[in-house]
Amino acid sequence: MKIGLYPGCSLKGGSREYKESVVAMAKAFDIQLEEIPDWNCCGATAAHNLSHELSLSLPARNLSLAEQAGFEILVVPCAACYSRLTIVQHELNEDKNLKKKVSDIIEMPYNGTVKILNVIQFLQQFIIDKLPEKIVKPFDYKVACYYGCLLVRPHGILKFDRPEDPQTMDAAMKVIGAEAIDWAFKVECCGAGLSMSRTDVVGKLSGRIVKDAYDRGAEAIIVACPMCHSNLDMRRPEINKAIGENIEIPVIYITQAIGMAVGIDEEELGLQRHFVPVNLPKKELKTQMEEK
Amino acid sequence: MHDSHEHNEDNGIKAKVLKETGVNIAKCYQCGKCSAGCPVNTEMDFPPSVVMRLLQTEDPKLEEKLLKSFAIWMCVTCEMCYGRCPMEIDIPKIMDYLRERSLKENKVNPKAKNIVKFHKAFLDSVNYTGRLSELGLTIDYKMRSLDLFQDVALAPKMIARGKLHFIPEFIKDTEKLKSIFSKTINKK
Repeated sequence: MKIGLYPGCSLKGGSREYKESVVAMAKAFDIQLEEIPDWNCCGATAAHNLSHELSLSLPARNLSLAEQAGFEILVVPCAACYSRLTIVQHELNEDKNLKKKVSDIIEMPYNGTVKILNVIQFLQQFIIDKLPEKIVKPFDYKVACYYGCLLVRPHGILKFDRPEDPQTMDAAMKVIGAEAIDWAFKVECCGAGLSMSRTDVVGKLSGRIVKDAYDRGAEAIIVACPMCHSNLDMRRPEINKAIGENIEIPVIYITQAIGMAVGIDEEELGLQRHFVPVNLPKKELKTQMEEK
Repeated sequence: MHDSHEHNEDNGIKAKVLKETGVNIAKCYQCGKCSAGCPVNTEMDFPPSVVMRLLQTEDPKLEEKLLKSFAIWMCVTCEMCYGRCPMEIDIPKIMDYLRERSLKENKVNPKAKNIVKFHKAFLDSVNYTGRLSELGLTIDYKMRSLDLFQDVALAPKMIARGKLHFIPEFIKDTEKLKSIFSKTINKK
């Protein structure tokens, strides 16, 4: 089966380590992901804020290209792209006239048959079962799994996990040996698209998230969205300023954590690209410290 | 319903929103869960439940007020309000509708100018290359907002991490993207 990949713009740019880790992890499980030829930006928040028609047409072209390429399954690791593509597929499948209208705008045939998977659904479907036997270095840390907004909402359309207190990332992290903590900010917003235009708001919103994770003893925050990552990682100075503390716990993509557990080279997973260094306590050292 | 509002039945905001978005404003019974869960409620002039209430009045003056409000641009479309609404009202979709009209009718709140400039810079980059160029977006946004010094310190750090690309990536079919833009947001 041909599995398509829609990386989206973030994974090609500022969040390239997310794509690097998705591809490296898939490779470790003998899965080849093939990029949609000539894909374009999904339009993200900007498009649906300013033009409904544009916000439908940009993702529709990608879905049409995926159909042409013969992909049955399309993996979309970025939570924002996943949300846009899934919502557009839903809106067009619900409304024949709209489907025809958008198909006319993009001047391409569109059926809406590709199965769209977010990164966790991809894990569940292709990796989790084979994961235990591949673990060489258990990820033996306390983690706060942060889902953010667009992986789980709106539930009626995405139909993925639970909209409040979701569990799928927690379950995956437990498989690799982590302890997933209970915490209050799993599905709260990080400030998302206001990263540049209202950095102060991002500092405040992301600050609450980082602080709660840290206060409850998390050694790392696990994410599955490039916007969540860049806000919690790159915006850490603004976060620490907003909360008046100096919290240094790293923010790690779920694919990086799994990659580390199955022994993929840290550089291949792009850990060196983070702003907050991924300095997890060495396991032996950690046990010694606990014994003391 | 009051008599004075009856003439609005077909061309009032309720009917318009229903036609354009499929969302029924009348279903809101003001429980306030949307405003309570909204992460940016304290930044807004009207929190989501008040936006709903103002729309329900069908008063053109209040509709105007909403189109000129800061709230519609502050909304981050995190979908929390929709997720928690007991009547499952798609409030973010209404926000999108109000934003699109606010822009078309030149009613953008002065406080929201930079947010809109950011969105426009984003889409211009996509229109031009087919994909978002983060460097292009940053420079374009800075030129528009004149917020030149914000984040300047980030650039060398991003370069050190291999995260800043100087040459934008063009898709092959940029003509198609231009055509999509001219048939939608840039439609005359």
